This record gives sequence, structure tokens and C-alpha cells, in this order.
Amino acid sequence: MWQFFHKLGSPKWFYGIATRFMPWLLASGLLLLAGGLAWGLAFAPADYLQGNSYRIIFIHVPTAFLAQSMYIMMAVAAVVTLVWRMKLADVFVKAVAPVGLVFTFLSLFTGAVWGKPTWGTWWVWDARLTSMLILLFLYGGVIALDRAINDEKSAARAVAVLVLVGVVNIPIIKYSVNWWNTLHQPATFKLTEKPSMPVEMWVPLLLSVLGLYLLFGWLACLRMKTEILVREQKTRWVKDLVMAGRG
Amino acid sequence: MTTDVRPGLKPVESGVGLFPAMAAVFMRDVRVAFRQRQDLLNPLLFFIMVVTLFPLGVSPEVEFLRQSGAGILWVAALLSVLLSLDHLFRHDFDDGTLEQLVLQPQPLFALVLAKTVAHWILTGLPLVVLTPILGIMVHLDGNSIAILCLTLLIGTPVLSLIGSIGAALTLGLRSAGVLLSLLIIPLYIPVLIFGTGTVAAASEGSPVAGYLALMGAFLVLALTLAPFASAAALRISLSNS
Repeated sequence: MWQFFHKLGSPKWFYGIATRFMPWLLASGLLLLAGGLAWGLAFAPADYLQGNSYRIIFIHVPTAFLAQSMYIMMAVAAVVTLVWRMKLADVFVKAVAPVGLVFTFLSLFTGAVWGKPTWGTWWVWDARLTSMLILLFLYGGVIALDRAINDEKSAARAVAVLVLVGVVNIPIIKYSVNWWNTLHQPATFKLTEKPSMPVEMWVPLLLSVLGLYLLFGWLACLRMKTEILVREQKTRWVKDLVMAGRG
Repeated sequence: MTTDVRPGLKPVESGVGLFPAMAAVFMRDVRVAFRQRQDLLNPLLFFIMVVTLFPLGVSPEVEFLRQSGAGILWVAALLSVLLSLDHLFRHDFDDGTLEQLVLQPQPLFALVLAKTVAHWILTGLPLVVLTPILGIMVHLDGNSIAILCLTLLIGTPVLSLIGSIGAALTLGLRSAGVLLSLLIIPLYIPVLIFGTGTVAAASEGSPVAGYLALMGAFLVLALTLAPFASAAALRISLSNS
């Protein structure tokens, strides 16, 4: 157990493992995502109320799903950084934060595109939209703080503190935004009364969510590997690796 | 143990208890602040000016101001607390006092709490005192002004406490001011929502005790957790320099 733990902290070990797993992650992720999207976009039945416009759900929901769970993963990594000073955890936070920002933006963007035909407007100050917007700000803050601190170790720990403060706040923000929204404007629209989806709709959705998770795993590995190479550029094994690649 | 660089810093002996040490830090911060009075006035002037912008920029109509007055005052108070946060640790950081604080035998979070309380007394509380005058200028009725003052009284310490984390994290960075705002504004949103929500509920005649209790809960939560986060952040920032 402890040996495994120490291994997990070693960038070199991770580099090797990631290199071995990445093709599998990429292949299975692409396969699932392509399958889910093709099924969802082309073959799933049209919604009885929204027609074909609902099909953006197959992109919208997976991105939103990942955007939220990435922050939680970052928070776990932040605890590991602060408690065990594990290098990899901090590499993970640094590598994933921009991905989280992009996914949050994508989910907001696809939501806006979906909102136009469904609600008749690009943007509504609805509780869920607003809390996703705040999540976008939190990601932005994490990235900005990381870029602002030059020293690598301090940056890692400062960012970890910020991520944790954010994660304590997320439930409070979400709750308060819900409360705020229901007080001021009692739902002028209904999110099409969330239909208990038929199987032909939620299976492709599940496939795309899983596919995107796997793809995210691949992307995280790729970004972490790059970050590790930058950080460890003075070590022997990276030099050997580069020389081997060249020769 | 410490050589005084700035006036008012009394060496705290290692035998001193927790509360006397906190009191000493608090008194020192207040004393230093009163020797640079302009720094005390600036956030207040900023508060008044931001409030002035709204009638000029949006609409001077009584109806509009009455409806959004509480929100305007809350946003202005929030911004002016944000503006003053940069001073919370900056001077002590520049002249090395902060390192001495970290080296004290008393736990750092308690001393940070004392500093934050001083910050609130020096910036948050004056804002609350000014609020009735500005409230009248934006045509709020007496009841709303009273509730608004109450929410600010509970809310501004939360702003100071959460802000102390951001101030500690951005200590010694370039363009710390803007970065501080980026980090802290998302965390201020719940306080703002409940602060203005309370006033809105009061003006509709609904009971406000529940909202005030929730704001009190925020205060207790911030009071218990924020000093630890700030202390951790301060150690990181100091090890960075």
C-alpha cells in the first residue's frame, strides 16, 4: 500500500504508466463518444416537444458533467498537495484547471445555443446558469493565481488553498443562487418538465458522458506528462528520454 | 526579540497569553491606521462615489432608486471592502512585521483573526455608519434602512474574513489588486444575495428573521474557517518571498 503510494508520487513512474495507458484511453474514449454522438444526433427519436433542437443535450450534458466533477477532482488533489506534498497532485491541478475552464465555457455556450430555440433567449439569470458562470469565475481565479506566482512550490500550495476555499463555497453559492432565483422570478419558463427519458435517449447520453470522461483522462495524462517534462527537465531520466527520442 | 521598525509595535513576550497577544495585535493595527488617516477615509469616499454613480448613470427616478437602492449600497460596500483589503497585510509584509507575527509562539490564525477584526472595525463598521445617510439619498424608507444597516453589520465582517484569505494569497504578487478581486468576488456572491434579499423581503413585509439567521450562519462559518485558511495562505506567501 505505502509502496504504491510512494510510486504514485513519483513523476517518472507516472510518466511510464500514462504513456502505456494513453492509447487505450484515447481509443475507447473516441469510440464511445463517437458512438454516443452518432446514436444521439442521428438515430435517437426526436423530442415530442422540442423536436430536433434537444439533440444538443448530447454535447451539453457531458461537458457540464465534466466541468463540475473536474473541480471536485481538483479539490481532492488539492488536499493531497497540502497534506502529503505529492508532486503529482499539484501537476494534476495545474494541468486540469484550464481544461475545466474550457469545459465550463462549452457547457454554458451549448446551453445558450439550446436556450435560444427553447426559451427564446440566449441567456437567463437562472440558478443553474448562474452557478455555472460562477464556476467559470472560480476556474479563472485558480488559473490566474497559478500564473501569478513564479515559485512552483508556493504556487502549488497557494492554488490548493484557493481550490479548497472554493469547494467549501460551491454548495453555499449553489444554494444561495437557487434561493435568490426562486425569490425574484418564479420560473417563467419550465425546462420542458424534465421528461423521464426513453431508453433510446439516455443510453447514447450515458455513452457520450463516459466517452468524454475517458477522453478527459487522456487529455489530463497528456497535459500532466508535458508539465512533468518541463518540471523535471534537469533530471537524468528526462535527459535520457530526450536523447533516446532523438537517436 | 523584535526590533521596532514602525511605531506602535510592542514586542510580545513569549509568556504572554493568547488573548493579550490578540489584543496587542488589534490595538497596534488600530493605532497604525489612525496615524495614516487618509487610508481610513479612502474606502469611505469610494463607497460614497460609487453610490453617486448610479443615480447619474442609470436613473435618478425615485421609484428606481427605492427599488434598487439596497442593492446599490450593498455592491458599493462590497467593492469598497475589496479595495481596502490590499492594505490588510501589505504594509506589514513590506516592512517585515508579518514575519515577526508568524514567528510568535501564539497560533498564527488567532493573530490573523485579530488583524481581520481590526480591519473590519476600521473599514466595515464606518460603512455601516454611513449607510443611513446614503440610504436617505436613494430614497429608502426608514424600515428598509434599519434592515439594510443590520445586514451590513452582519455581512461586512464576512466580507473582511473571506477577503483576508485572498489578501494573504496574493501577498507580494505583481498586480495583486486585480487578482485579489478576481479570486474573491465569486466567493462574495452568497453574502450579497442574502444581504439584498433580506432588505427585499423586509420591503415586501415578509419576516426577515430566517434570512438574518442565515447571514449569522455565514458569519459563524467564516469566523471559524477563514482565519485558518488565511494563516495557511500567509505562510505560503511568506515562504515564497
